[in-house]
Amino acid sequence: MVAPWLNRRRLRFWAGRLAHMALVVLGIAVVNFFLLHLAPGDAAQVLAGEAGSATPEYMAALRRQFGLDQPLPVQFAQYLGNLLTFNLGFSFRHGLPVLELIGQRLPATLLLMTASIGFAVLAGSALGVVAARNAGRLADTLISTLALLFYATPVFWIGLVLVVVFSVGLDWLPVGGMTSVEAGYAGWDHVRDVARHLVLPAATLGLFYLAIYTRLMRAAMLEVTTQDFIRTAVAKGLKPRRIALRHVLRNALLPVVTMLGVQVGSILGGAVLVETIFAWPGLGRLAFEALFQRDLNLLLGILLCSSAVVVVVNLAVDLLYTVLDPRIELAR
Amino acid sequence: MTHASQPVLEVEDLSIRFLERGRSLLAVRNLSFQVARGETLAIVGESGCGKSITALALLGLVPPPGRAEGRAIRLEGRNLLGLGPEALRDVRGRRIAMVFQEPMTTLNPVLTIGEQIVETIRDHEPVGRREARDRALALLERVHIPDPVRRFGEHPHRLSGGMRQRVVIAMALACNPAVLVADEPTTALDVTIQAQILDLIDELKQGGMGVVLITHDLGVVAGHAERVLVMYAGRKVEERAAAALFADPLHPYTRGLIAARPRRRVEGGERSRLTEIPGTVPSLAAMPPGCAFAPRCALATTDCTAAEPPLTSLGGTSLEDGRVACLRVGEFLVPNHSLPHARLA
Repeated sequence: MVAPWLNRRRLRFWAGRLAHMALVVLGIAVVNFFLLHLAPGDAAQVLAGEAGSATPEYMAALRRQFGLDQPLPVQFAQYLGNLLTFNLGFSFRHGLPVLELIGQRLPATLLLMTASIGFAVLAGSALGVVAARNAGRLADTLISTLALLFYATPVFWIGLVLVVVFSVGLDWLPVGGMTSVEAGYAGWDHVRDVARHLVLPAATLGLFYLAIYTRLMRAAMLEVTTQDFIRTAVAKGLKPRRIALRHVLRNALLPVVTMLGVQVGSILGGAVLVETIFAWPGLGRLAFEALFQRDLNLLLGILLCSSAVVVVVNLAVDLLYTVLDPRIELAR
Repeated sequence: MTHASQPVLEVEDLSIRFLERGRSLLAVRNLSFQVARGETLAIVGESGCGKSITALALLGLVPPPGRAEGRAIRLEGRNLLGLGPEALRDVRGRRIAMVFQEPMTTLNPVLTIGEQIVETIRDHEPVGRREARDRALALLERVHIPDPVRRFGEHPHRLSGGMRQRVVIAMALACNPAVLVADEPTTALDVTIQAQILDLIDELKQGGMGVVLITHDLGVVAGHAERVLVMYAGRKVEERAAAALFADPLHPYTRGLIAARPRRRVEGGERSRLTEIPGTVPSLAAMPPGCAFAPRCALATTDCTAAEPPLTSLGGTSLEDGRVACLRVGEFLVPNHSLPHARLA
């Protein structure tokens, strides 16, 4: 006897969905593998270049050590074999297993992503609601103009300006990094310290998305307002607040959630830039470095990890749909 | 009529004006009518004649570029014209409620049926969650929804069109309104369901509620309304007791509407051709001079286009008290007149 919530239909959904997710991640891994091997140069060349000079014998030895002397199909088979045992390989550059490196950096990136997306969705939605409720008036014009400005301004430029204003000029917030290493905070002081470091990178990464959510929410609110059931709500004599929050906002959230699912993938890309500007010790910067050092094992591991994050977030979004809109049901 | 003819709703001289590019257009002109307790007044006309906007005006819901003006919309003695937004909100849903045409879209798809009834009650009366829930269940029962406890927690998409319209009616009845305005409540429904919904409204008004039934379909009116008000181009052209109107329609437009009703074929008889009124309702921006119906009227004379015919009382000249706006109405009123209805077209 299974638990009542785990009926056959749900069981089938989950089985199908998990298999589907695994296939997608595997597919991405395969494409990544061949794409990265198309790029000229390898780790041995980079190491040799940094050393200033190297004999062909030394390079051959390096390649043998890294397994780079094997033919591509053999390397691929090894890679696949490793993947199926959740072994992401070894980063010769860092001298650490890839999984360990990712484990060190992933929390920082997840923190940055969550903070910036949370900021973008919450503040963007709030601004969108205010703009829609004042459509055509001054507040709407101000918010819409501001949103357009954030939308059009390059992320790195916003980051630099924020640093110049809030760190250099006003000295309110740290310039970069994730912790004040020298202070050695612990407990709540540590949390507060990280939060202070988080403000600027999260705002930089979030402002662009905030603009998108503001515009999306404004449009969705206005669209829902014209629906028949809103006229019904008004005719029922409901209080304006209840109409706005319960009837309009609730329905306007659906496109926002859709956008959220799409953007989690792209926000990882944005993280590379922001982590570089703010010296944030996350996956984005690690990937950036790995790319230049031809540390393919590490790069493949990071890409695999981020594709897994995207796939999981998409699942979460689908589940969120069924909560928000009862007309949508889980099915495969 | 089950109750004394104390009007629960009195509309006096209502006009609805739209300002469009500096021009002022009247969608409804100088409309007056009354609805008694327990009475159904049907407002009939083709689309574009101003009946739906009149319905919205009764709840103070004329959409922004438009404005309702005139002497009064008096609900239980209280004039709604000139009430502030909060006072109007308080009246809406509590003393006057509305049922709309399209039950598929009038309910919020993401809220349960129960939630949508409960919120109506709780935004008007200081009742607790439990009591509101009990009342909502009783309402669902009152509109004959089977298994109300289960339906209470379901979302609208699980219900058929007829069921949803019952839910919309239950929502409208949530605070026991004095007047129910039903704007084409059966137009979107199957024929069999139409009759059920109309019967339900009949049943509910036994409690003394006044009903304003807006429809383009005279078939809906017969048997469900005590009085009929025929509108054309924003103006009342005829108002009569329903039985008298069907037996002896006076205004050529009313005759046209009755002739245009699809009728069941008599057993073995020939299928009669559907007659229609030639032409269309004039646009507000291009009203013909004189009687607005004259360009489509087979009986129009040059006098008809000279000046708008006044709304004259039939009191004394006919069997009952009605009003008609037609210059030639006197000619139709000769004893035993035999003007054929179909000669119009």
